Amino acid sequence: MKGKKRLQKSFVYGLLIALSLLFLLPFFWMVMTSLKGPEELAQYPPKLFPSEWHFENFAKAWNSQPFNVFLVNSLIVTALTTIGQIISSTLVAYGFARFKFKGRDVLFIILLATMMIPWDVTMIPQYMEFNLFGWINTLKALIIPSWFGSAFYIFLLRQFIMSIPKELDEAARIDGANVFQIYYKIYLPLVWPVIVLIAVFNILGSWNDYLGPLIFLNDQSKYTLTLGLAQFKGVHDVNTNGIMAVTFLISIVPLVLFFLAQKKIVEGVQTTGLK
Amino acid sequence: MKSGLSASITPSSIQMKRKKQWSKLIPYLFVAPWIIGFVVFTLGPLLFSFVISFFDWPIVGEKKFIGFSNYTTMFTNDPMFWHSLWVTVKFALFFVPLNIILALLLAILLNQKVKGSSLFRTFFYVPSVISGVALAMIWGSVFDGEYGILNYLLSLIGIEGPNWLNSTSWALVAMVIASLWGQGTLMLIFLAGLKNIPQDLYEAAEIDGAGKIFQFFKITVPLLSPTILFNLIMTIIGAFQQLTLALVLTGGGPLQSTYFYAMYVYENAFKYFKMGYSSANAWIMFLIVLALTLLVFKSSSTWVYYENEVKNDK
Repeated sequence: MKGKKRLQKSFVYGLLIALSLLFLLPFFWMVMTSLKGPEELAQYPPKLFPSEWHFENFAKAWNSQPFNVFLVNSLIVTALTTIGQIISSTLVAYGFARFKFKGRDVLFIILLATMMIPWDVTMIPQYMEFNLFGWINTLKALIIPSWFGSAFYIFLLRQFIMSIPKELDEAARIDGANVFQIYYKIYLPLVWPVIVLIAVFNILGSWNDYLGPLIFLNDQSKYTLTLGLAQFKGVHDVNTNGIMAVTFLISIVPLVLFFLAQKKIVEGVQTTGLK
Repeated sequence: MKSGLSASITPSSIQMKRKKQWSKLIPYLFVAPWIIGFVVFTLGPLLFSFVISFFDWPIVGEKKFIGFSNYTTMFTNDPMFWHSLWVTVKFALFFVPLNIILALLLAILLNQKVKGSSLFRTFFYVPSVISGVALAMIWGSVFDGEYGILNYLLSLIGIEGPNWLNSTSWALVAMVIASLWGQGTLMLIFLAGLKNIPQDLYEAAEIDGAGKIFQFFKITVPLLSPTILFNLIMTIIGAFQQLTLALVLTGGGPLQSTYFYAMYVYENAFKYFKMGYSSANAWIMFLIVLALTLLVFKSSSTWVYYENEVKNDK
């Protein structure tokens, strides 16, 4: 019986290790390719490790296109959408969680339903609308909509606020605080863990977004990193080491963020699935 | 004196009333950002998109009402509509079940109380945090027919790999594989679902002498079925919206063998600038996804098991 258990355990380990190697292989290949010299890119059979480590590939690829400009744009968009989402989503979630008002439940169902609408349906009229507003080819098209709350974040926050005992705000009200003070002084600090989660989700989403920038931005000076990278591939289709170098560089932000906030992300993703 | 008294009461009661009306407005102030955003960025565009789907609406030039023409053209006179739909369905037929099975398998392995399981979890999840463009770039290099690592590894075990991205029959398979790499979210949701299954059920089964496979089909699958349903719907929706990978990895080729429906919508709008026609395309996609979701939901009463249902039976 014990031998059978041990056999099972080692089978599980073997499978986990084999699958891990498969999952990590593309990352390994990205890093190794990014460090290869041009002659080794077109060598058969391909080498797993470069014979010489060309660390200069990173700077060379980065400087061959205005990636610094793209980086600034990505930073602006990511920072401003994240601040916007936090402010607007917490306000709205507080409203849904702590007040009774006419139409609240209907509005909340509509809010949940909007999560089901595929973006393909709204992207075309949104493009025309933003064109009318004069937002096309500006970062506004990516930033401003995020200042009106996102259904998913509002939902997460509302669930959390509902779990906070109401006695807290009654005590504060007796002390003479108004609703805005209660929101600001009592609830914001309490929902802080969810705010951090939303910030992480939004930074990842915004930094990684490709279709938004692709549709709304035209001039290279407005590009974000993902759009810049995709365009870089179009120009330098053979320059694989350069493409892998930039791919690696722009993935640093999400990767580092993931390792810093891993526990939070895992918990956050799991609560969405269980609701 | 009397008039003074009434004068002092009246304003304060008005104040009270005002205060009451004001306090009725407060909740709406809090939710106003979302309501405004919903009307301006979702509802408005949605209605507008519906209206122009009945128009010939080039981005510049004359707009013309043409009734159902966009819809009838799509179904009867546009081979690309059927082609892109078929490509998407083929992709979904492979991707949806494989994605569910892979994510479930990984979650079950991680749930086996092994040392270092959080490290393994990291390995399986980390591809999900990078951008779709980065993912496409990486796989483009992995799949390279001559110099890619995949075919090299296959050659080591005596298999001559296809020229993945340049082959009309293998490019879509490559898409499925690359997409499977990003299954992390599903895996985490499954893992949470597995952790919710009471352990004593397995212990009881063990005592009764039930094997692992029996336990999997009689305990794990039924108790996990609500989670499977959720993941199934998410994956179907995701499969139909697949766009980034096609745009960056293959551009829909070769010979349009990876020309997804979402790409068809995208190109009609932003390459050919047929805004009315592409809106009609998008609505059809919305209806298809909605119909599939409802179908899965409807069927779920036969295979999804909810614990409280049983409690009611007792």
